[in-house]
Amino acid sequence: MGSYVPSTEEERLEMLRAIGLERMDELFASVPEPLRVETLNLDRGLSELELQREMRYIAGRNRVFRSIFRGAGAYNHYIPAVVKSVAAKERFLTTYTPYQAELSQGVLQSIFEYQTMIAELTGMDASNASVYDGATAAAEAVNMLVDGKRRVALVSEGVHPMTIETLKTYADGPGVEIRLVPLKDGRTDLDALKGMLCDSCACVLVQSPNFFGLIEDAEAAANIAHERRAKLILSMNPTACALYKSPGELGADVAVGEGQPLGLPLSFGGAYLGFMACKAPLLRKLPGRIVGRTTDRDGKRAFVLTLQAREQHIRREKASSNICSNQALCAMTAAAYMAALGASGLTEVASQCHAKAAYLREKLAEVGLKPIHEGEFFHEFATECPIDPEKLLCALADRGILGGLPVEGGILWCATEMNSREDIDEVAAAVGEVLQ
Amino acid sequence: MKLLFEKSVPGRALSILPPLDVPEAPVPENLLRAEKPRLPEISENDLSRHYAALERRAFGVCDGFYPLGSCTMKYNPKVNEQMAALDGFARAHPLQGEQYAQGCLEVLFRAEQILKEVTGMDAVTFQPAAGAHGELLGLLLINAYHRDRGDTKRKKVLVPDSAHGTNPASATMAGLEVISIPSTASGRVDLEALKRAAGEDTAGLMLTNPNTLGIFDENIQEITRIVHDAGGLCYYDGANLNAILGVARPGDMGFDVVHLNLHKTFSTPHGGGGPGSGPVGVKAILKDFLPRDQVAKTDDMFRFFDPPKSVGRVKAFYGNFSVVVRALSYMLTLGAEGMREVAEGAVLNANYMLKKLVPAYEPAQPGLCMHEFVLTLEKLKAETGVSALDVAKAMVDRGMHAPTMYFPLIVHEALMVEPTETESRETLDEAAEAMLDILRLAREDPQKLHDAPVTTPVNRLDEVGAARNPVLRYQF
Repeated sequence: MGSYVPSTEEERLEMLRAIGLERMDELFASVPEPLRVETLNLDRGLSELELQREMRYIAGRNRVFRSIFRGAGAYNHYIPAVVKSVAAKERFLTTYTPYQAELSQGVLQSIFEYQTMIAELTGMDASNASVYDGATAAAEAVNMLVDGKRRVALVSEGVHPMTIETLKTYADGPGVEIRLVPLKDGRTDLDALKGMLCDSCACVLVQSPNFFGLIEDAEAAANIAHERRAKLILSMNPTACALYKSPGELGADVAVGEGQPLGLPLSFGGAYLGFMACKAPLLRKLPGRIVGRTTDRDGKRAFVLTLQAREQHIRREKASSNICSNQALCAMTAAAYMAALGASGLTEVASQCHAKAAYLREKLAEVGLKPIHEGEFFHEFATECPIDPEKLLCALADRGILGGLPVEGGILWCATEMNSREDIDEVAAAVGEVLQ
Repeated sequence: MKLLFEKSVPGRALSILPPLDVPEAPVPENLLRAEKPRLPEISENDLSRHYAALERRAFGVCDGFYPLGSCTMKYNPKVNEQMAALDGFARAHPLQGEQYAQGCLEVLFRAEQILKEVTGMDAVTFQPAAGAHGELLGLLLINAYHRDRGDTKRKKVLVPDSAHGTNPASATMAGLEVISIPSTASGRVDLEALKRAAGEDTAGLMLTNPNTLGIFDENIQEITRIVHDAGGLCYYDGANLNAILGVARPGDMGFDVVHLNLHKTFSTPHGGGGPGSGPVGVKAILKDFLPRDQVAKTDDMFRFFDPPKSVGRVKAFYGNFSVVVRALSYMLTLGAEGMREVAEGAVLNANYMLKKLVPAYEPAQPGLCMHEFVLTLEKLKAETGVSALDVAKAMVDRGMHAPTMYFPLIVHEALMVEPTETESRETLDEAAEAMLDILRLAREDPQKLHDAPVTTPVNRLDEVGAARNPVLRYQF
C-alpha cells in the first residue's frame, strides 16, 4: 500500500513534464516491449497496521523457549541494555560504508576500536573490520594462506560441521583441497595431523573449544604446523578467549571465529559477525575492510579505510577477496558489548559459563546422561542418551526448555550465564523423569 | 575525540551479572591466558555518551540526501526494525528445530515466493550474506551445472568493463578466468566483441542491467542468446534492480541466475557497511544445485530440505535472517503496485535531477537515464583544476552525502548519482541547486573547493600515509 514515494500524482506529472515526457512508461522506453511486465502476481500492499498484525502472527508461530541449553555455534547470552541502544542508533543503522571519511569519523573510529578489541582478545597484531560469520571467516582465512604451491588445508573434524561444509564449498572453485584430520577421544588427533602434513599444506585449521566443547591442544597443533612451514588458523569462541589462552599465546598465525556471543541476538542464525585477525607479516593478505589511523591537513588525528589496494573495487580479479559489504553494525555492537563488560566482565561471563556447564554436566550425569568425553571443556559437552534423543528433547520442549542438540552418539549440551541454578536443576529433574 | 581506551579508568565497570549461583569450576592454570585483554573500563554513562558522540560524527539516510550511486540509499522504514526485533524472531535459536521455528521458515518461504515473482526465477536461497557473497554462490552454481553435464572445459567468465569490482573478484574466487568485454561508445555491451569471446570455454556472463552507467541495455535478449548459444549461462547482478522493480524481470531477459541486494532494493539499512543480504534466484535448471536448507511447504508445515546435487553451504545457518525479516516486511508493504511505484519513482527522480544539472554538468551518456546517472567532470578538471573529488567534498559541506566517485572506471572524473524514489522534489531541487552553485564556485574560486570539506570534524585526510605506515589498532 505504501512505497515510501513522497511525491503526489500531480507532482509526478509536473516532474515528467519538466523532463519533456507525458507518461510514466516513457521513462522505460529502453526496455524492449516484450520484456515489460503488465503487473506482478503479488497481493496488494499492506498498511502499517496490517503489516504489524501479519508479522506478529508469523513471529508467534515460533516457540520462544523459557530456558535454552543448546549452543552448537549460536549462544544465548545476556545483552546489556546499553549495547542494544547503541545497535539501534538510527544514524549508525542508516549510514553506508565509510568511503567519505571526513563525514564518517564516528563509524571509522568505532571500527578502529573494534579492531583494537579483537586484536587484544585474540592476542593478534591486526584485525579486519569483520566478515560475514565464523564459517566464512575460516574460509577466507584458508583462501588468504593458500598459494600456487601450497593448495591443501588440513581441517580438524572438531571444527563446526557447518564451517567444514562452507570450507568445502569455497574450496571447490579455486581448487583448494580440504583434508579432514580425524579426532581421537573428541579432540584433534595430533599424531594423525603430523602424519598428514606435507609440503603442499598451506595451513591447519583447528577450533577450540571444538564442536564438542572440548579445549584443544592448539599450541601443539601450531608447533606441528610450523615444523612444516604451514600456518595455523585457530577458530575460537570469543567469550572463551577472555579466559583461556588466546590464539596469539597459542602460536596461531590467523585467529577467526563467530562473534555472535559478543552481544548479538540469536535471530535464527543471523545477522552475526565473523572476526578475523592475524600476525603482522600476514597483514597485507588479510581480506575485507580495514581502518587505519591517519591525520588530516591540520594534523588532527583521524581514521580512514586503508590498505585498499587489497580490495575488489581497486584490484578487481586480483583482489584478496570479493568481500564488499560486511557486518559493520554487528561489529559495532560487539565493540559496545566488550566495552560494557570490560575485561573483568567478559572473563566473568566466561567463568560463569564454564561453571554452569560443569554443574549441568554433573546434574545430568546424576540422572543418567553420561558424558562422552573426558578432559577440559568450556561451556558445551556431549552426553550419551539411553533413549531416542528426540523423545527426550520433545518432553523438555513441552516444559518450555530447549534441550541440547542431537549429535552422533548422544546430545550436545550448552550452558551460559543465562541459565540459573534453578533452571539447571529443573532440566536435570525433567530429564530424570523422562528417562525413568 | 578520545578513543574508548583513552577514557578507560581501571576498576570502572557496569553491574550486569548476578553472583555465581553454582559451585566454581576452576580452569587448570596452564590453560589460562596470561594477561587480561586490555578492554575499556568505563561507566555506563560514559559509554553511552561515547557512542552518542560517535553518532554525531556520522551521516545517515536519516540526516539528508544520500545520492550514492549503485548503493540505493533509500529510506529505511522504521516498522521493519520493529518487526526484526520481535521476540519470536530475535530469540529463535537457529537449531531449535523446524517444528518450533515455523514462523522463521514461513518468513524464508514467503520471501522466496515474492522474489521468485519479482525476478522471474524458479527458486531462491537466502544463504548469501551480501551481494558479493551471492555472486560467488551464483558462479559456483554455474560451475556445478557445467560439471554435472560433463562439460569440464568452461573456465572463463565474460564481464563487461563497466561491471562492479566484485564481479571479477568473485569470478576469481570461483576459480574462473575473467574475460573483460568492452563497452561501446554508447555504454552498451559490444555485441561483436561478445560474439568473439563467447565459445566452448565460456562458463557464463555476468551483467548488470541497467548497467553502472545507468543505461538499460536494449540488446539484452540478444546478449543472453549469444551466451546461451555458446553453451554458457547468464548471471544477473541485481545491484541495480531498483530501476526495473515491477517493470521488467531478469528471468524474462534470459538470465539463469541472479543475486539481489536486500540492503539496496528492499530497503534494509546499510549499517555502516553491513549486514546486508544477497539472496540468489535461479531458473529450474540450477535448482538442484542450491545450498542446503531450502524451505518447502507440505500440508501446512514448512520444512527444510537439501537439493539433490547441492553445492553445500556458503555460510553457517540460513543467511542474515534478521535482514530477510525486514525485507519481507517491506515487500508485504509494497505489494505489486508499490513495487512498480518504486521503479517509476526512482527513474523519475534520477531523470528530473539530471535534467536540472545538464548542460552545466556533462553527462557520461546523453538522453534519459534509468535510476542513476553518471557525470563526467573531465572537462571541468582540465579547465579549472576542480576534480570530481573536490565537487563531492563540496557537496558534503552543503549538507548531503557525496555521490559515488571515480566509478564506473570507464568514465573519467566520474560522479555517479542515484537519488532513489524516496526523495521529494524539493530535496532534488535543493541538491541540484547546490551542485550548480559548486560549479559556479569552481570557475570563480576553485581553491575553496580544493579545501572542502570544512564543515566536518576533520578535513581531508592523508590516505597515502595511512596505507604506507599502517596503524590499525590503538597503541597502548
